[in-house]
Amino acid sequence: MTATLERFGGVNLLPLVVAALAFGLIGAPSSWVTLTVAGLAMGMMVFLMASGLSLVFGLMDVLNFGHSAFVSFGAFVAASVLASLGGWLGSPSVLLNIAALVLAFSAALAFGLAAGLFFEKVIIKPVYRDHLRQILITMGALIVAEELILAIWGGTPITVPRPAFLEGAWIIGDISIEIYRAFAFVLGGIVFAGLYWGLNRTRLGLLIRAGVENREMVEALGFRVDRLFVGVFMLGSALAALGGAMWAGYQTLITPALGGEMMIVVFIVVIIGGLGSIEGTLLGALMVGLVANYVGFLAPKLALASNMILMIAILMWRPSGLRPAVK
Amino acid sequence: MKQTYGTWTVKLTVLAIWAALLFAPFLFQDVRSIQVAARICIFIVLVGSYDLLIGYTGIVSFAHTMFFGFGAYGAAILLRQMGPGWTPILLGAGAGAALSLVVAAGIGLLSLRVKAIFFAMITLAAASVALVLASQLSHLTGGEDGITYSAPDLFKPATKLWTDADGRVAQLWGVRMNGKIAAYYFVFCGAALLFWAMLRLVASPFGTVLKAIRENEARAEAIGYRVVAYRTFVFCISAVIASLAGTIYAVWLKYTGPETVLSFDIMIDILLMVVIGGMGTMLGPVIGAVLLVVAQYYLRDLMGAAAEAVSALPLLPDLLNPDRWLLWLGILFILLVYFFPRGIAGTAMQKGTRS
Repeated sequence: MTATLERFGGVNLLPLVVAALAFGLIGAPSSWVTLTVAGLAMGMMVFLMASGLSLVFGLMDVLNFGHSAFVSFGAFVAASVLASLGGWLGSPSVLLNIAALVLAFSAALAFGLAAGLFFEKVIIKPVYRDHLRQILITMGALIVAEELILAIWGGTPITVPRPAFLEGAWIIGDISIEIYRAFAFVLGGIVFAGLYWGLNRTRLGLLIRAGVENREMVEALGFRVDRLFVGVFMLGSALAALGGAMWAGYQTLITPALGGEMMIVVFIVVIIGGLGSIEGTLLGALMVGLVANYVGFLAPKLALASNMILMIAILMWRPSGLRPAVK
Repeated sequence: MKQTYGTWTVKLTVLAIWAALLFAPFLFQDVRSIQVAARICIFIVLVGSYDLLIGYTGIVSFAHTMFFGFGAYGAAILLRQMGPGWTPILLGAGAGAALSLVVAAGIGLLSLRVKAIFFAMITLAAASVALVLASQLSHLTGGEDGITYSAPDLFKPATKLWTDADGRVAQLWGVRMNGKIAAYYFVFCGAALLFWAMLRLVASPFGTVLKAIRENEARAEAIGYRVVAYRTFVFCISAVIASLAGTIYAVWLKYTGPETVLSFDIMIDILLMVVIGGMGTMLGPVIGAVLLVVAQYYLRDLMGAAAEAVSALPLLPDLLNPDRWLLWLGILFILLVYFFPRGIAGTAMQKGTRS
């Protein structure tokens, strides 16, 4: 029985099972499709935010509580760039629209890379191999980062303009699919494919995976795992900033509390997925996205606790997450 | 730890702080100072119970405000439903402590066997759910607005504890002996009792085992101590003490809401206090709590004045805005973790050791 299940994908089938179950409970196919698309889009954005955290933990045994600061900074940087390019966004030319979007995302990515480098060198480096101080110091960094956001952008909510070509929805029969959600799903899929390819098909990916498996051994072979780590850390924070930028466009109204809210979701995703594995993170993110949307529709009262219930259920079943890479 | 002159300095300081708290109503005779003194009492207990986890056992939990909130909401809900009196306070304290015990045991047994970092994440998630529940179950908890209620008659400002010959409230050294004094001493005695209990606990053989687990987990396990059982147990004790502190705070404030007992800001305050004061000794939290609460109340005025002074410059006034004081505390916190990981008490205690 177990072996048969494993052959068909094992735990990877979980999102399908959840979706099928929800189909039975919801009944109406059109709302089911809408919810599923929303869940998948949310899952992909959360995946962007969580993948870096999971990789960094797997590779260096460093848990960055300040990770959500990259998410909120990404969101605010992108929102500011989009707001200043309002003319481009409103114009009917799709090309100008795309240019504005690309500029906003590049700004978020560039910020993530630079902030990641700074964070690694200044905050994390002095406290390697000391979990307690790591947790404390990244918490301190998170406090400082959140206060900086408040000081720069103020405490009032900011409206995020969307490019015109991503507004609206496709209507197929009585099913409507928001274009931005489809876009988020596609972008997340591309990033996952890129990460998966990079980790599994390139020499650099091989080294990263080997570093996750046994750091000392890779170092003994003469590779500079610490330099590799700086790169992974920068990539992780850039992805988090991109996720934040996507999220800003999804929500269209962002507040400085965004980082705190997403931090919990990101942590739950990483815990569910199992630390250190990119596939596990994707699986966890899709599960969280789908369950949050289905439960929000079926039992709105439970919606806010649904992530937590999902996490407890999965930890009871598999104490180290669905697909852990760290033993 | 050896008795160095540094240790004596710290111990004397802590004694002086407790003495000041004991006579606070007489020493500082305005409303705000009493408020500060009561808050210090509560936070000494709260931070001390957190230090049992982080300093004595090396467990990092972010769910401490959740337990604080259980105790506070327990008393608050019952005081609202049953009216002022001692029964709702006792029942609320009991209910809050029992709930804390059950939840702590659950979290502990489920996840204390995993890595420290994993545990920190799980408690953070649990705490956020508690916060969300408190603001969602508005028929019970009053939602975002919280609950307002009255304390027992004894604590009402109109209550006369002592009367002089004319039947008016008597004065002792210029302080009117009314219900306010009774309320303050209720807070003080409760805090002192809980603090004393924690001091006894860490001095006991149980405390020694905790330190052994912190220093070398594998070795403690090898000697035959069941590490998970000890950790779960200390997590439960810490949760119950935090919950009782919450009850006392709720009775003092006569208001309970998500902002005052459950918010993440309070968790950050606790972390700052324990790190600034010094982890791994019960004396650290006392110093940390005093410094931070005093700073919270008085430093902001100073920052406001500074922001006024530089109001012509760009960005600087925003950074010096009194609301941004956490920014500076955060930077101080990072520097402390780097350079003085033992905090004020720990660093001072090292002074005078011969090595």
